[in-house]
Amino acid sequence: MGLFSFFKKEKKKNTASLAKERLQILIAHEHSDTSSKAPEYLPKLQEELMVVIRKYVKVNDDAVNVKVEKGDNFDTLELNITLPESK
Amino acid sequence: MSKVIVVTSGKGGVGKTTSSAAFAAGLAAKGFKTAVIDFDVGLRNLDLIMGVERRVVYDFVNVINGEATLKQALIKDKRVDNLYILPASQTRDKDALNTEGVESVINELKEDGFDYIVCDSPAGIEKGAFMALYFADEAIVVTNPEVSSVRDSDRILGILQSRSKVAEEGGTVKEHLLITRYSPERVEGGDMLSMEDIQDILSIPLIGVIPESGSVLQASNSGNPVIMDKESQAGQAYTDVVARFLGEDVPLRFVNPEEKKGFFKKLFG
Repeated sequence: MGLFSFFKKEKKKNTASLAKERLQILIAHEHSDTSSKAPEYLPKLQEELMVVIRKYVKVNDDAVNVKVEKGDNFDTLELNITLPESK
Repeated sequence: MSKVIVVTSGKGGVGKTTSSAAFAAGLAAKGFKTAVIDFDVGLRNLDLIMGVERRVVYDFVNVINGEATLKQALIKDKRVDNLYILPASQTRDKDALNTEGVESVINELKEDGFDYIVCDSPAGIEKGAFMALYFADEAIVVTNPEVSSVRDSDRILGILQSRSKVAEEGGTVKEHLLITRYSPERVEGGDMLSMEDIQDILSIPLIGVIPESGSVLQASNSGNPVIMDKESQAGQAYTDVVARFLGEDVPLRFVNPEEKKGFFKKLFG
């Protein structure tokens, strides 16, 4: 009996490492959730920027791309404007 | 300069009040004028853990509402000089605490020359917990080696660094990880998250590890902060936490399984 229970114990899964693995996946996921949440002012900002840009350049609606990226110490607002080909 | 420290966790039952009582008593024993405030409005318990439940006349909410002065509400500890307790109210009014009221109490404590103001947070992420952390300069995040506690700690860390006053002003709240109810034997057996695992996941500096210990229950039974039990491992571990908080370099204790004396050890050891 003692011998069998010894083997049984060997097979038992290490639950602590399982806990760590699950937590790491979960927390990485939860963090990406909050960082992908764009600020509420973004659509309005994009709209107003378009108006300003169109004063100077003729661009399509999809030519302006506004994106917020969360960094460790600061967030960056990325503004990407594709200019029309100059002739 | 006085400092405001919040003791928080997100999850309930992990040892916030026990830790607040021990930490505040430890700071006071080192000669610092310390106030510990119970933010758990409606479920006051710090008074009981500190053994001053029969001396409560006025509470935190009475002071905020101007029904009592801070001096009247603060309970001076009879065991440790420099230690004062501000009990929570038993009101069921959820909005009893407000930013202005809490700020005025904290400011008055600062003006009265308190070195440390320890805020014992309620569980959860609602108003009381938010009020407890809002004015914090530093945070002690109490975590059990258990999945739900670690996850909740991560959540509360996020809130600390986005919604506290310091964070709103562009700064960072200094974070300390305090692991409680730790069992080195179970960690060795692979059934409990190790302190390294928890640090890996939360990635904040460790201020101490409190071993699972019967003395914690004995201390709360008798209304003495466990740090006063100099014989117990938990008491000694809290003493180390206070020393580390004050900048001393103290090695961790009670984090390895106690050596079992085996047959050969008994013979030859």
